[in-house]
Amino acid sequence: MLKVNDINVYYGSIHAIKGVSFEVHQGEVVTLIGANGAGKSTILQTVSGLLRSKTGSVEFLGENLGNVAPHKIVAKGLAHVPEGRRVFLQMTVEENLEMGAFTRPGSEVDSGIADVYKRFPRLEERRRQIAGTLSGGEQQMLAMGRALMSKPQLLMLDEPSMGLAPLLVEQIFEIIKELHKAGTTILLVEQNAQMALSVADRGYVLETGKIVTTGTGAELLNDDAVKKAYLGA
Amino acid sequence: MEFLSYLISGISLGSVYAIIALGYTMVYGIAKMLNFAHGDVIMIGGYISFCAMSYLNFPGWLALILAMVVCTALGVVIEGLAYRPLREATSLAVLITAIGVSYFLQNSALLIWGATPKVFSPIVEGTQNIGGLSVSNISLLTMAACIVIMVVLTLFTSKTKMGKAMRACSEDKGAAQLMGINVNRTISTTFAIGSALAAVAGVLMCSAYPTLMPTTGSMPGIKAFTAAVFGGIGSIPGAFLGGILLGIIEALAKAYLSTQLSNSIVFAVLIIVLLVRPAGLLGKYVPEKV
Ligand SMILES: Nc1ncnc2c1ncn2[C@@H]1O[C@H](COP(=O)(O)OP(=O)(O)OP(=O)(O)O)[C@@H](O)[C@H]1O
Ligand SMILES: [Mg+2]
Repeated sequence: MLKVNDINVYYGSIHAIKGVSFEVHQGEVVTLIGANGAGKSTILQTVSGLLRSKTGSVEFLGENLGNVAPHKIVAKGLAHVPEGRRVFLQMTVEENLEMGAFTRPGSEVDSGIADVYKRFPRLEERRRQIAGTLSGGEQQMLAMGRALMSKPQLLMLDEPSMGLAPLLVEQIFEIIKELHKAGTTILLVEQNAQMALSVADRGYVLETGKIVTTGTGAELLNDDAVKKAYLGA
Repeated sequence: MEFLSYLISGISLGSVYAIIALGYTMVYGIAKMLNFAHGDVIMIGGYISFCAMSYLNFPGWLALILAMVVCTALGVVIEGLAYRPLREATSLAVLITAIGVSYFLQNSALLIWGATPKVFSPIVEGTQNIGGLSVSNISLLTMAACIVIMVVLTLFTSKTKMGKAMRACSEDKGAAQLMGINVNRTISTTFAIGSALAAVAGVLMCSAYPTLMPTTGSMPGIKAFTAAVFGGIGSIPGAFLGGILLGIIEALAKAYLSTQLSNSIVFAVLIIVLLVRPAGLLGKYVPEKV
């Protein structure tokens, strides 16, 4: 479904991503794990078109996204929940969801919002509230609900557990599992390697802009080097 | 009685400032740039309607519409040619470019229409007698236009898909793109709206103060910018309130204090307000995130 082939991404003269390739197949949960500054967010931003690679290609459903404007990539079925959630803090919960459905026909908006409220009842309680007044966990739910409004085939999540209390982290990962069961393909970026690998079909380990290891979730959970570096064992 | 008539002329002048300030504030809110050429678009709007009325014998309302159409196009072209290439540039570079555009427009007007002031004939004439006060029709029209514009803009940004997309862009352009919003088109639309408003302001202002020169737009432009900051830049009700208050302060200062010093008084008030409320009257103070 998503095929990233030998991308090199720079911030000015900083070479942040060095020849990264990976794939996500239909129906999978794939995780990219790595330490602070390894380049995880940079990769997701390159896939969604906010950053561009100097080389290689990003292919989604067989189409090269290299020259597709970011606002057109969403309409192709690729949604990105960015790091730090980035909900529109001065807009209401419901307006945020409407923005998520920007590329959808107007007739689908209400049913989409109803679906999101079913999955996140908390958001319905807060529908008229300004997003800036929500707690971190609620904002994360809103960011995920907003992304689901575009009816994505592939959902990219950048550190959904960041800054959340353990109970909320559990909840977010439950939701990821549910989405997976419902057939959504997910590319999950996490620093919480334990949780991420336990829900993932496959994973890639990223170190300073390069992929160093790959395998199934279970394989990586048992990999000695991974254990030592990311699982605190 | 005298006070009331000064007050009304202040509100009428303030309505012009408010219409300009609404354009300023929309553009600032969404594109995060100060379009210093905004005042000069007012002047172009004035000249276009002047030409339409004097050379083509257009009626006032049609001249106004023509001015709006031309200014809308001008705003979109300015944004596309001058500002869009600088989207990633520092705000200083954008500001300097905006000043350049302002000079460019003034000098183009000088070239086309010359330095001799034109005498603008008002799009509506006559006065009304309201409770013993005589109020010109153009004043009434200006105040009504200002209120209608404020209400329409408020509804537009709170109810329509495009309006909400503008608010989304104003908060976070990256996240807006991830929603599928075309940020360039949204900014362009904002310039179109702001420039159409500038044309309206230009025609109404020249109808009330009928001398038209290439520099006609700069002082009202700066004052309207002041009004937008005064009310809280980026805020629609703020621009409205700031514009009206500024007009009232200016009119009363002229009437009771000093005509020569009225501008200084206006700017002094701005400085005091900003010292007390750095975000303006209705603005939210958002500390820079680090
Ligand atoms: N806007 C930027 N300008 C310059 N360098 C940047 C920028 N953003 C990221 N970098 C650098 O690129 C590298 C990769 O950053 P990236 O944000 O992709 O890492 P990450 O794996 O997502 O880290 P984190 O877990 O902290 O989110 C880092 O070395 C970072 O310092
Ligand atoms: Mg990151």
